[in-house]
Amino acid sequence: MALLNLHLKVWRQNGSQPGHFQDIEAPEIPDHASFLEMMDIVNERLIANGQDPIAFDHDCREGICGACSMTINGMPHGPERATTTCQLHMRKFRTGDTIWIEPFRARSFPVVKDLMVDRGAFDRIMQAGGFVSIRTGSAPEGNSIPIGKDVADAAMDAAACIGCGACVASCKNASAMLFVSAKVGQLNTLPQGQPERQRRTLGMVRQMDAEGFGNCTNQYECEAACPKEISVRWITKLNRDYAVAAVKDIVGAGRQQAGGEGGD
Amino acid sequence: MVQPLLTMSLDSKIPSGPMAEKWTRHKRDSKLINPKNKRKYSVIVVGSGLAGSAAAASLSEMGYKVKCFCFQDSARRAHSIAAQGGINAAKNYQNDGDSVHRLFYDTVKGGDFRAREANVHRLAEVSVNIIDQCVAQGVPFAREYGGGLANRSFGGAQVSRTFYARGQTGQQLLLGAYSALNKEIARGGVEMYSRTEMLDLIVVNGQTKGIVVRNLVTGKIDAHVADTVLLCTGGYGNVFFLSTNAMGCNVTATWRAHRKGAFFANPCYTQIHPTCIPVSGDYQSKLTLMSESLRNDGRVWVPKKAEDCGKNPADIPEADRDYYLERKYPSFGNLAPRDISSRAAKEACDDGRGVGPGGRGVYLDFAESIRDFGRNTIAERYGNLFDMYERITGESAYERPMRIYPAVHYTMGGLWVDYNLMSNLPGLHVLGEANFSDHGANRLGASALMQGLADGYFVIPTTVANYLVTQKPGEVTLDNPEVKKAVADAEERTKKLLSVKGKRSVDSFHRELGLLVWDKCGMARTREGLQEAIDRIPALREEFWNNVTVPGSGDAANQELEKAGRVADFMEFAELLCIDAQNREESCGGHFREEHQYPDGEAKRNDQDFSYVAAWEYSGNCSQPKLNKEPLTFEEVHLAVRSYK
Ligand SMILES: Cc1cc2nc3c(=O)[nH]c(=O)nc-3n(C[C@H](O)[C@H](O)[C@H](O)COP(=O)(O)OP(=O)(O)OC[C@H]3O[C@@H](n4cnc5c(N)ncnc54)[C@H](O)[C@@H]3O)c2cc1C
Ligand code: SF4
Ligand code: FES
Repeated sequence: MALLNLHLKVWRQNGSQPGHFQDIEAPEIPDHASFLEMMDIVNERLIANGQDPIAFDHDCREGICGACSMTINGMPHGPERATTTCQLHMRKFRTGDTIWIEPFRARSFPVVKDLMVDRGAFDRIMQAGGFVSIRTGSAPEGNSIPIGKDVADAAMDAAACIGCGACVASCKNASAMLFVSAKVGQLNTLPQGQPERQRRTLGMVRQMDAEGFGNCTNQYECEAACPKEISVRWITKLNRDYAVAAVKDIVGAGRQQAGGEGGD
Repeated sequence: MVQPLLTMSLDSKIPSGPMAEKWTRHKRDSKLINPKNKRKYSVIVVGSGLAGSAAAASLSEMGYKVKCFCFQDSARRAHSIAAQGGINAAKNYQNDGDSVHRLFYDTVKGGDFRAREANVHRLAEVSVNIIDQCVAQGVPFAREYGGGLANRSFGGAQVSRTFYARGQTGQQLLLGAYSALNKEIARGGVEMYSRTEMLDLIVVNGQTKGIVVRNLVTGKIDAHVADTVLLCTGGYGNVFFLSTNAMGCNVTATWRAHRKGAFFANPCYTQIHPTCIPVSGDYQSKLTLMSESLRNDGRVWVPKKAEDCGKNPADIPEADRDYYLERKYPSFGNLAPRDISSRAAKEACDDGRGVGPGGRGVYLDFAESIRDFGRNTIAERYGNLFDMYERITGESAYERPMRIYPAVHYTMGGLWVDYNLMSNLPGLHVLGEANFSDHGANRLGASALMQGLADGYFVIPTTVANYLVTQKPGEVTLDNPEVKKAVADAEERTKKLLSVKGKRSVDSFHRELGLLVWDKCGMARTREGLQEAIDRIPALREEFWNNVTVPGSGDAANQELEKAGRVADFMEFAELLCIDAQNREESCGGHFREEHQYPDGEAKRNDQDFSYVAAWEYSGNCSQPKLNKEPLTFEEVHLAVRSYK
């Protein structure tokens, strides 16, 4: 096992106050350690020197919970393809490297502290339609709706999204389209999601806009940054679904009004 | 130490009647609250994992006012998200002879006859509804070409009853439950508090009435009151420091409840999972599980001769390999249950035949499956696990066998609950991994997800009313003196942690405690070893309170402070864990006492003296807990030596 001597430039920020980069030397880091274990070692040393350790979100450290969120050398989750920050290992770096470490930056992800941001906007988008309205206990027998393997597999591809927000952080417009398209796409692909297809599409897209995420201008940086390799094809599908839903919404609203006038 | 039985407070409330009818009868006999009155009752749900999200969503749908709490930044990140392999259900879609009774039987036997039969039967019954519910939510379970749901087999069962979504079953089930939760948040039925940690339980006149929480962004400590509290806070595996659990998993919620009077049951039943990536260095922060489903297609072996251990595995001929699970347990082979497989790995390594750094590893070899089914099929089944393995170790499991070693994974013990999932402390309900009830001394693979969702979707919505009808809604308010005192106590404790200003970091204490507990109360335990731990833990605890350093302040985000509070509780809990392990003079499931084994090394249970649930009561002194016993009786399943040979 080799030891690496690294120079870190770490973003430090307290809530809404302005932040800055702090230079931190990180000598003798085992190359078998994960990136977050490197951060643990650095934090232990900061604490020993009476300094404030670096705050960052993390939990599972297995690439599945979506908590970890560092922009490493300008890339959300760092340089390795399809890998979250927590799954990145130090053997990908060389001794003497300077590593820039920043939070996931986006207008809709305000910094809480240092590398920790508030991604509550994602939860609110999900609340605006990311579900099938089925009450507990009222479900039909599981095998009563056959679903082709290809359909189930496609839905699973979209469902693999871990809600980390790297797509947003990588996008020059800070657009959340990849996340939203994956979430809408999963349910809109499955038969269970059909009854609420329009409502879901409109609700989630409108909430996304209300949260201040930017527009998608087809840069596709998001796909490259996504640790779960969510495909931009979902964005195409969302655009289609949205166009249909928006038209039906206008027509439907008219019809509802007309019906309302003559109703009982 | 051992006190007389308190049978009155340990009424398990098991319904009468034949096993297969108990749940139906109980549902019929349970109290109902009419829709108008339901709106007056408020419920606090701590935890947003499978158990918590499912409970919060279902209770809100029924009309209760719900508040749900988690310490992560989003409910969707609860530790359930990490479960890989699958969820069991007695659907018998494979037509291989599965049934509710068989799932019930396998679970009782798998738990080494230390679970409560009636609870397990109910679990097996509702398992089928869980799958229906999840499918309806849009959980993308694996399918066959004909469009039906696919299954795989898992350890400890001879039928194929495990449903899965690639290697991300927990994630998909949790996202399903989270979607139901979101639907209720949007409707106004649930108020969600993320980045909020429960620090204490509020008990007023013997009834559980609320919780004290700390806002992890602002640092503010305050109280929430309700008519009942549901703890769905997961397991305590991180007492060992290194485990497959997420970093934030903790014992705080259940331990604080224990200190307020809730009995802690069977803490010594801890599960060591056989297929994890071995430890590689002392900087290591956690261990990574390789799903047990890998054992469907992988063969476990070590070299027959110790001198071969350093060789490239490809250069070791078949004849020199010891496929020890297949050799020892011919009828279950590589699918032998977890406790048995873990111990067998330890034995092989103790015998000097372990592979990899430190000789603490065994091979899990896919060469034969890749030959038989092709690399693509194996990649489709386990691709993400193989990728994960490669990222961590830098080795490809397609080319070279994986190295695996057992690691702490799950905790069967937890707060004692009755059939209604209520603790002995009235008004406190405990769901999911946080309770003790369904897995006995060992949990079978794919059964934790099943239990979390069973408790949340189907059990608590029926049973909670039995307690609520005894309470006047909204009786306790925030200005109650007990509530104020609980808040003041939590503030005081936080101040104390910050004011020690010693020399050692929180993590250094956690690592030391974890190593000690792993060493003395891990895969194999002895009376003397446990005594050593019991002697050393109080000293370590004292050092913690005199020498820990927690930088920063209490009135802002402070992750060291969060960890400090959790480690302080682990320091107390660890002692109870060891005391329970020492009290239980037998080997059963995940609890292996070296003094109690058959000549061939198999675990030796002592049904005569230990067929009981050990429910520990806090006495005011962590070193002197009181033991209460719930005797276990077996009507349906005959007590037998658990054999997988
Ligand atoms: C790597 C791994 C793989 C697994 N694979 C499988 C599998 O394939 N099949 C299977 O059946 N089981 C599996 N398990 C076990 C299973 O995942 C867990 O037992 C189960 O998900 C626990 O669910 P839960 O709802 O009880 O708790 P958790 O999901 O752990 O949720 C706990 C919740 O409580 C909250 N919480 C905890 N403490 C506090 C506090 N003090 N204040 C506020 N909130 C708090 C957390 O924020 C979280 O929301 C696996 C476990 C691991 C570690
Ligand atoms: S789409 Fe990819 S990058 Fe975006 S939140 Fe989901 S997993 Fe993260
Ligand atoms: S910590 Fe969970 S995905 Fe990185």
